[in-house]
Amino acid sequence: MGRLTEYQVIGRHLPTEANPAPKLYRMRIFAPNTVVAKSRFWYFLMKLRKVKKANGEIVSLNMIHEKRPLKVKNFGIWIRYDSRSGTHNMYKEYREMSRTDAVEAMYQDMAARHRSRFRSIHILKVVELEKTDDVKRPYIKQLLTKDLKFPLPHRVSKAAGTKLFVGKRPSTFY
Amino acid sequence: MGDAEIKASSWRLVEVGRVCLIHGGPSDGKLAAIVEIIDHKRALIDGPSTNTKTAVPRQSIPLAQLILTPLVLEKLPRGARTGAVKAQWEKAGIEAKWQESAWAKKRSQKERRRQLTDFERFKVMRLRKQARFEVRKSLAKIKAV
Repeated sequence: MGRLTEYQVIGRHLPTEANPAPKLYRMRIFAPNTVVAKSRFWYFLMKLRKVKKANGEIVSLNMIHEKRPLKVKNFGIWIRYDSRSGTHNMYKEYREMSRTDAVEAMYQDMAARHRSRFRSIHILKVVELEKTDDVKRPYIKQLLTKDLKFPLPHRVSKAAGTKLFVGKRPSTFY
Repeated sequence: MGDAEIKASSWRLVEVGRVCLIHGGPSDGKLAAIVEIIDHKRALIDGPSTNTKTAVPRQSIPLAQLILTPLVLEKLPRGARTGAVKAQWEKAGIEAKWQESAWAKKRSQKERRRQLTDFERFKVMRLRKQARFEVRKSLAKIKAV
C-alpha cells in the first residue's frame, strides 16, 4: 500500500427552487486520504464551475482499486505544473504496476527534477499505454526492447558499510 | 601493436527467467525467478516453489535486494503468470539444482554453524583439528619418500 489512493468523488450544487435537480460532477482524485480527496474535489470544482463547498454537497466517495496490481504497465500522465516563474503543461511516462504507483512516482520525479510540491501540480489525465507504439519517451522505450538484459557490474553490498575498519576491501562483484 | 583477444563478458545478466536469491526483506534467503524487468532498478519476481515455506509471492522488488544465480529458466516468456512460471520451474528442476550447488551447501552450513551451542562449537573445533592432523600426517609421509 503506497502513500496515495485513487478516489472517485461525486458532488453537486445544493438543490434550489430554480434548479431542483442539479448536475452531478465526478472526478478521479489521487489523495492520501478521504479528507484530502474531498478538499481537492472542491478545489478543482471551484475552478471549473460556480459551485463551492458552502453551496454544494458530496454525493458519494469511493476508493478505486487497481484491477491487475501484479501486471507491469506503462502509464502516460499529463500534468499542469506551476513553476517558480510560470505555468507549464507536461507529459511524462512511468512504468509501474498501478495507477497510484505511477502518480506517486510522478510526484517524486517532479520533486526531484523541479523541486515542485504537491500543491503546485494538477494531474490532468492518467492513461495506461496499452500499445508499445503509444510510448513516446525514450526513457520508457528503452525498457521495451525485445530480450532486454543487462549485467549488474558494480555493486556495493550494504554489509560493507556497517563497520568503520575492516581487514578486507569489500568485494563489488557478485 | 599486438592483436587484442576479445572475449564476451561472462556477467550474470538481469533477464527474464533469471533465478535470483533474495537478500533482505521478508523473503530473505529464498529463490525466485525474474518474470519481467520493470526498470533499471526494479524487477517483477515470482518464486513458485511448492513448499509454502520457500515460496515467494509475485511482487516488484529492487534489484539491490537480488543476488543473481547462474540458473536461468530458458524460454520463459516476458510477464508469464504464476502457473506458467511454476511449470517451467519444476521442469528445469531449479530447486534440486540449487540444493546441489556449492553455494547453497555453504549457505546451509553457515546457517547450521551459526545455531551451534558453545559445546558443539568446541566439538567442531576438535574434529577439525583431528582432520587437519590426519592430512598433515599423510602429507609428511609422502614428503619423506
